[in-house]
Amino acid sequence: MSMPFYVAPEQVMKDRADYARKGIARGRSLIAAVYDQGIVICAENPSSTLRKVSEIYDRIAFAGVGKYNEFDQLRIAGVRAADLKGYAYSREDVDARSLANQYASILGQIFTHEMKPMEVEILVAEVGQTRADDRLFHILYDGTVMDEDDFTVLGGEAEAINTRLREAWSDEFDLTGALRASVTALAGPDRTLGAAELEAAVLERTDARRAFRRLELDQRAELLG
Amino acid sequence: MFSPHDDPGPSFAELLRRVGLEPPAPASSLDGVLAVTHATTVVAIRYADGVVMAGDRRATSGNLISHRAMEKVFAADRHSGVAIAGAAGPAMDMVKLFQLQLEHYEKVEASALSLDGKANQLSTMVRNHLPAAMQGLAVVPLFAGYDQARHTGRLFQYDVTGGRYEESNFASTGSGSLHASTVIKLGFRESLNRIETVDLAINALFTAADDDSATGGPDLVRGIYPTVATITEDGFERLGEVEIAERFGALVEVLAAREAPSRGRLPETSDDSGDDPR
Repeated sequence: MSMPFYVAPEQVMKDRADYARKGIARGRSLIAAVYDQGIVICAENPSSTLRKVSEIYDRIAFAGVGKYNEFDQLRIAGVRAADLKGYAYSREDVDARSLANQYASILGQIFTHEMKPMEVEILVAEVGQTRADDRLFHILYDGTVMDEDDFTVLGGEAEAINTRLREAWSDEFDLTGALRASVTALAGPDRTLGAAELEAAVLERTDARRAFRRLELDQRAELLG
Repeated sequence: MFSPHDDPGPSFAELLRRVGLEPPAPASSLDGVLAVTHATTVVAIRYADGVVMAGDRRATSGNLISHRAMEKVFAADRHSGVAIAGAAGPAMDMVKLFQLQLEHYEKVEASALSLDGKANQLSTMVRNHLPAAMQGLAVVPLFAGYDQARHTGRLFQYDVTGGRYEESNFASTGSGSLHASTVIKLGFRESLNRIETVDLAINALFTAADDDSATGGPDLVRGIYPTVATITEDGFERLGEVEIAERFGALVEVLAAREAPSRGRLPETSDDSGDDPR
């Protein structure tokens, strides 16, 4: 009778985490930043059809980096959960925190029980009535949830980009300011990113029911100047 | 999350079935057993910039008025609207589900359905409702929208079996639809402008209310007027109460002038009625 090799649980978890991190690092990064009138989410994405940023519900957006098919599956699961909740209860009962918790439990479950962890990092953003009510939930491949205040960076080079954006950050940013600072931080010191290489969307603090709006190419170009 | 082979796709109705939230059909006929609230007359008219949709505000159950301010005309999404007649409860639920379905599709697929796609979707929902319709809970909607591919307003009529009939100029459904559509038929011309079309719609509803007890006219005491909305390239837009009140004011003036009180016109109230001993 053959005995399976013993592998310490620490080692199993570390291997999975390394695997997931490597997968995520292959993709490009993404920033969500709060500005005076909402939240802007901006990603380096040369494709104009395969989206990283999308609408989940009236005031909630989703963004993902890493393996496209995996975060897209999570995106659709989020739309379904939100629409079902809004149908069964009321539209105002759908909130980012509960959605973030559901995502965390899905990702945590897959990370510990499946062969392969999901190679994704996702963001659930919600724009509130005031700036203090804005929410940014950053969720990692293993189900770790982080609640961020001004901005959050997803992806492989998150730390370096985070440092760059923190240096340029101002609480007074309008949409133009926040988008320009985000793009500069994404690009780094050695290159510049044009409007065509980006994907951007905003959650606007408006009275309209659906706050999510994509920034099309000409709008991005105008904002970036 | 669903595995690829039993994934409900972009359909919200299918998703509801999977999670067991689908409303059940009544087991036996409700006719004469329970009083069911009914919504009545709604109309849609195509004009130069798109479509005008309008509906009265009355809901009845049997011979009683159960609501004076019910909304029957709704935005289905940005460029389309849906109006309902029939059993009020299932009708409201159908509208809610239809609105959600369009938005759900748009979010999941990252692009909106075509106008034909939306009309077919509603057709499926009406057809799926047939068992309930057989038990006395029929819902008959109207669907209208601005077709951004063809740059024109389009409107669709349904029957209880889910039959979908595209009308070229106008459509009407509900208990007062016969009177309403006669008025529209007589007043319709190609390329009416917005005001003319709104006037035609409220004239149709006024006439329906005049001859059909289940259709409500303008309620001047409470300030409740029929709902009127336009659907154009700029999207679905509800007319303000003030404008609707103003249009009704104009209509009432015209009608009152036509019916100028003349002595002896109504036999029962005249001085020289038949029983007057001469």
